[in-house]
Amino acid sequence: MTGPALKGVQERWPSGELLHQWIRNSAAVLATGNEYATNLYNEYNKQAMPAFPSFTDEDIDNILAYIAQESTKEQGGAQAGTGAAAGGAAQDSGDNSLLFGIITLVLAIVALILMQINSNLNKLAADKEGVATPEPVPFYRNKAYIALGIVVLFIVGGYFTINGAIGLGRQKGYMPEQPIHYSHKVHVGMNQINCLYCHAGAEKSKHAMIPSENICMNCHKAISEYTGPDLFTAEGKKINGTAEIQKLYDYVGWDPQQQQYTKPGRPIEWTRIHTLPDHVYFNHSQHVVAGKQQCQTCHGPIQDMDEVHQFAELSMGWCINCHRTTKVQFAENKYYSIFEKFHQEVKDGKIDSVTVEMVGGTECQKCHY
Amino acid sequence: MEQKKYWKGLEELNDTKGHQEIVKNEFQEDLPFAEGESLLNATTPRRDFLKYLGFTTAAATIAASCEIPVKKAIPYVNKPEEITPGVPNYYASTYAIDGEYVPVVVKTREGRPIKIEGNTLSSVTGGSTTARVQGAVLSLYDTARLRYPTINGTETTWAELDKQVSAALNGLGGRPVVVLSSTILSPSTKKLIGEFLSKYPGSRHVTYDAVSYSGMLLANEAAYGKRALPSYHFENAKVVVSLAADFLGTWLSPAEFSKQYGATRKINAEKPEMSKHFHFESMMSLTGANADERYTHKPSETGAVALALYNALSGGTVSGIADKRLAEGIQKAAKALQANQGKALVVAGSNDVNVQLIVNAINNLVGANGTTIDWATTSNYRQGIDSDMAQLVNDLNAGSIGALLINGVNPVYDYFDGKKFVDGLKKAALTITFNDRKDETSELCKYAAPDHHFLESWNDAEGKTGYYSFTQPTIAPLFKTRAFQDSLLVWGGNSTSNWVDYLKGEWMTRLGGQEAWDKALQDGVIEPATAPALAGAAFAGDVAAATAKISSAKKGGKHELVLYEKVAIGNGKMANNPWLQEMPDPITRATWDNYACVSNKLAQQYGMELGDDYEINAGKKVLKIKANGKEIALPLLIVPGMHPDVIAIAVGYGRNKNAGKAAGEVGKNAYPLVSYNGQTFDYFAPDVTVEATGEKYDIGMTQTHNSYEGRPIIKETTLEEFIRHPKAVNEDREELAKYGKDFRADATLYPDYPYPGIKWGMSIDLNTCFGCGACTIACQAENNVSVVGKEEVIKAHEMHWIRIDRYFSGDVDNPEVVFQPMLCQHCDNAPCENVCPVAATMHSSEGINQMAYNRCIGTRYCANNCPYKVRRFNWRDWNGADSFENNLYDVSDMNDNLTRMVLNPDVVVRSRGVMEKCSFCVQRLQDAKLAAKKEGRPVKDGEAKTACQQACAADAIVFGNVNDKESRIARIRNEEQKERLYYVLEEIHTLPSVNYLAKIRNKDAAPKAAAGHHEEAHHG
Repeated sequence: MTGPALKGVQERWPSGELLHQWIRNSAAVLATGNEYATNLYNEYNKQAMPAFPSFTDEDIDNILAYIAQESTKEQGGAQAGTGAAAGGAAQDSGDNSLLFGIITLVLAIVALILMQINSNLNKLAADKEGVATPEPVPFYRNKAYIALGIVVLFIVGGYFTINGAIGLGRQKGYMPEQPIHYSHKVHVGMNQINCLYCHAGAEKSKHAMIPSENICMNCHKAISEYTGPDLFTAEGKKINGTAEIQKLYDYVGWDPQQQQYTKPGRPIEWTRIHTLPDHVYFNHSQHVVAGKQQCQTCHGPIQDMDEVHQFAELSMGWCINCHRTTKVQFAENKYYSIFEKFHQEVKDGKIDSVTVEMVGGTECQKCHY
Repeated sequence: MEQKKYWKGLEELNDTKGHQEIVKNEFQEDLPFAEGESLLNATTPRRDFLKYLGFTTAAATIAASCEIPVKKAIPYVNKPEEITPGVPNYYASTYAIDGEYVPVVVKTREGRPIKIEGNTLSSVTGGSTTARVQGAVLSLYDTARLRYPTINGTETTWAELDKQVSAALNGLGGRPVVVLSSTILSPSTKKLIGEFLSKYPGSRHVTYDAVSYSGMLLANEAAYGKRALPSYHFENAKVVVSLAADFLGTWLSPAEFSKQYGATRKINAEKPEMSKHFHFESMMSLTGANADERYTHKPSETGAVALALYNALSGGTVSGIADKRLAEGIQKAAKALQANQGKALVVAGSNDVNVQLIVNAINNLVGANGTTIDWATTSNYRQGIDSDMAQLVNDLNAGSIGALLINGVNPVYDYFDGKKFVDGLKKAALTITFNDRKDETSELCKYAAPDHHFLESWNDAEGKTGYYSFTQPTIAPLFKTRAFQDSLLVWGGNSTSNWVDYLKGEWMTRLGGQEAWDKALQDGVIEPATAPALAGAAFAGDVAAATAKISSAKKGGKHELVLYEKVAIGNGKMANNPWLQEMPDPITRATWDNYACVSNKLAQQYGMELGDDYEINAGKKVLKIKANGKEIALPLLIVPGMHPDVIAIAVGYGRNKNAGKAAGEVGKNAYPLVSYNGQTFDYFAPDVTVEATGEKYDIGMTQTHNSYEGRPIIKETTLEEFIRHPKAVNEDREELAKYGKDFRADATLYPDYPYPGIKWGMSIDLNTCFGCGACTIACQAENNVSVVGKEEVIKAHEMHWIRIDRYFSGDVDNPEVVFQPMLCQHCDNAPCENVCPVAATMHSSEGINQMAYNRCIGTRYCANNCPYKVRRFNWRDWNGADSFENNLYDVSDMNDNLTRMVLNPDVVVRSRGVMEKCSFCVQRLQDAKLAAKKEGRPVKDGEAKTACQQACAADAIVFGNVNDKESRIARIRNEEQKERLYYVLEEIHTLPSVNYLAKIRNKDAAPKAAAGHHEEAHHG
């Protein structure tokens, strides 16, 4: 957490004027030694909020009004939710299913015992009347039971087989060890380097591109040691950041002492994390430029990852779900001016927005060709 | 209008039993069970079946459940500024092989060329291409290319080779050096060769064209004093008379001529004008098939026909022609020519000086010089003089040649007396080949100094005087090859300069600076700012002498032979190109072979009964043909429209085994049948003997693979009829009205889908589709369409997404031909979509019939239900896309790691067991849409082009967004071509997205079918 939730911010602050100052330049408020501000700053690990000197009072009022409006909306939604019984039941369905499961199991056992008793009684009755009955077969040789068992096994086995098969080739959470411990957290999170500085292809090409080594060297000619907080691998092993930078120098053939390239460069063989099957066409620039998506939508909180792992499932269902709910820049992007029907419907108030799906974004040959 | 009867082959015309059977069957082969054995009494017992089942399940599980492989992502160390992975780069270049001049633009992805398009900045070709130009990109990745310099066939280094060659050149003892090449268009290269040879007194540069045009060159010299070829302007010709010149297929510069000729064949009801084309030939050529009036004669009568035409024009009577129809035709052509003075053009394919001289005289009479023939801007397309080559071979045999440097020619294979050339070659002290691939000639040379492929080279080309096009590397040399020019520079002792600097130096001086040079490379072409005015030349030929020589020529025998080039394979240089080998010949529809084309009558004489087993079965009877003392045994193939006594054989086949997996030992070499008349090569033999052998040989013919079962799919009319009743050609469309006012919405129970954004559509003009096949190869390159090989073609397993159906109509011996490109029609009410059990094929909101390969389970219901028969099933694993490695079926090295570099990375390869078909080049459409979206504007008309459209030389294909009322396609459909527009099988309400424009023939006669109809009425 980098700070408190914004809901009720106006009520919490001692004065509206101070809040305005805080939003415009938090460092200035801290410098005055205000108690509330200092406590807040210390509480959240001394993370400074960026200054926005260009904000007018009106801008800040608008922001605060927006926060206030959104806060009440959320409450309203929650109230409506608790009001509906179905909503409540759905919310704790997890607990109930366990209960139902136990009840089903108990009832099944009771039914089994009753069936056994029934057959015994039948046999006794038949013996009494002198009707010859076949010897009872033990339940494990009873054909009905065996058949039932097979069906159950088939269903359970089938469930797991199919789930397993669907999961083949999917590697959500995949976090391989890389040849250099490159930390996105250090570069993006702490040093605020724009994603597109290195992954320039994301705006131009289907590939976001892993940066070539000359891009690294743009900065690392000057930055040869790591002085930030300690770095650890996922297993908890401590990483020497400066040594990792040395590895880069070794790959590109840079001699930091002489400040020049002394050897021919070698490419770094990164282990690829995000992989789509060959029969999928995916274009980064489509999503970043035309679709105005943030990198984090698919790659997760990359700015907080020391080692990158696959955040999203990257399965077809995952893609499709997003295409069904995401809205295109319908009014802003003049490409969509040709969709007269939808423009009319928006104008008539029949629809309020146009999703990717509505302009054909879930059709097969948008990704498979 | 009465529907004419169209037929793809004689079987269909005669509706034989075999044909009926084939029409009934969806797939043209029996299921792979032995004859007479049914599944019920098969010997495989239940237990075995279960064992197999268990094994395959287990095997599939193992194959599928292996661990996910760890993949590497390897960035550049230092990324070149101009390369963005995933974004193509385009470089202007030139296809200048054997004198063909086609400025091109090469698409490269991550540094490898994957597609060639025409360069639209060139006013010569206007961006048109041919099948061979499209296929040239595959030749770059040919596995048969020479990969390093060799001495006596063993690998060596360039330094060692240079040392030895320099020593050998110095030790020639005054004997001359000869550079033997095909036509070179590059002025800088020619200058360099001249400089190199000047060091060796008596040396010379001999130009040798495998298929020679020296008859024309010499006739032009005799008539106009210029040993050159003029520029032809078919676009200015109202009447074109071709004496066996296949100018749309193989003659001189088909890309250029198709564009020009196509412009005169575009027609609409508002401006119902088109050129008239007479064609006289011995065989059935592509151009002949497109002619309005076509007449046949024996090859020995070529001179007589030219002479008769000349006489008809000058004196007014046709004489010396026995055949009545032919004589009438000549008379008619003469009349038309006379009526169109200054708007007429006569061309001839003959390599005989006298015939060409008469043709020059005719052109002079009809005012072609300065109007349709331009002598101000001459063309350099062919420069070889046959007698030079014959002289060289004699000199070689006499042992008087010191060094022979061979560049880009293969005379051991294609010289008519190859044996004599080989003997001579052995007597030369020093033999060096620069050929870039293994061929018959380079095998016999001591030194091989392989040249780059043109896509790896620097060069310039002067196609026509003042019209230049540049070649720049699109990829670093794949192998240890070196530019031919660099080798000459090194051996000439000019080690300070290299070829790039030499070329750049030449042009920097001419252009005056780096900026102009950069611009020249970017544009690819340099042309005069204003095209020079057309100019004629004073005719000074000796017609009387030529007449005398033609009249005294040897008369033909019972059967005559004519040799021709196939549209795809040409002279055989690019024979090891599987795409071109598998491209069906426009006329015969045969792949992977050459054969003896004969008329129906001649076939029957030699035992080929037209029966159930002719076109249905691949096996054709083999004929032994003797001509000029040589013998060749080839299967006969009946081609309607052949002269009854003529046999036609294609050159370019029969390469030896080392020429590559695709070319090696395919067909027979017909070059030995060429003869030398003392002045030029004759590509015909006036007297041949034919002998039936009783053997059979399989030919992979796609002719009868897809039958329309007599349904009306072609519409055509005559110009006269079209002017009188423009709407008559589409009379039958009026019947659709009975289904309701709006056929689209009213004739179906389904609701009509509105297509809210883009709706893609295509229009194909049957009048300007000449059947050349460039689109087929362009599609193959763009969409990674597989090559299947001859055996599979025989089983009707060919994979082309766009095929060009060829239909005959009318007289069996002199039929009319129509070509119809057939691709997925992207029906809005598609029969295939409804029957797919897994919804692997369905419709997009842009009107595309989509095919999801990974969803397809291969039931093939869709193919069965497609009335257009355009779906292609992957019967085998052509691409190695299966999990099981040994499933791969590859007959032509298409899956070598080298060859696979040609694959388009934006399109997948399909695995075995899935259906595929034309996608309207969806990857290009998506790309165009994305570019528009990124810029925040709608897609502009013409931005999204399909590969077939872009390749078409005559612009027969128009593609675009039908919803955009301003687009070309919308205007064609709604305004320009309403009268000619029709959809194939429209009445079954498939609602195709592809429309056709009816063919219009510029002939006087009333439509034959209509005439027949009237006759019947009289009889009745």
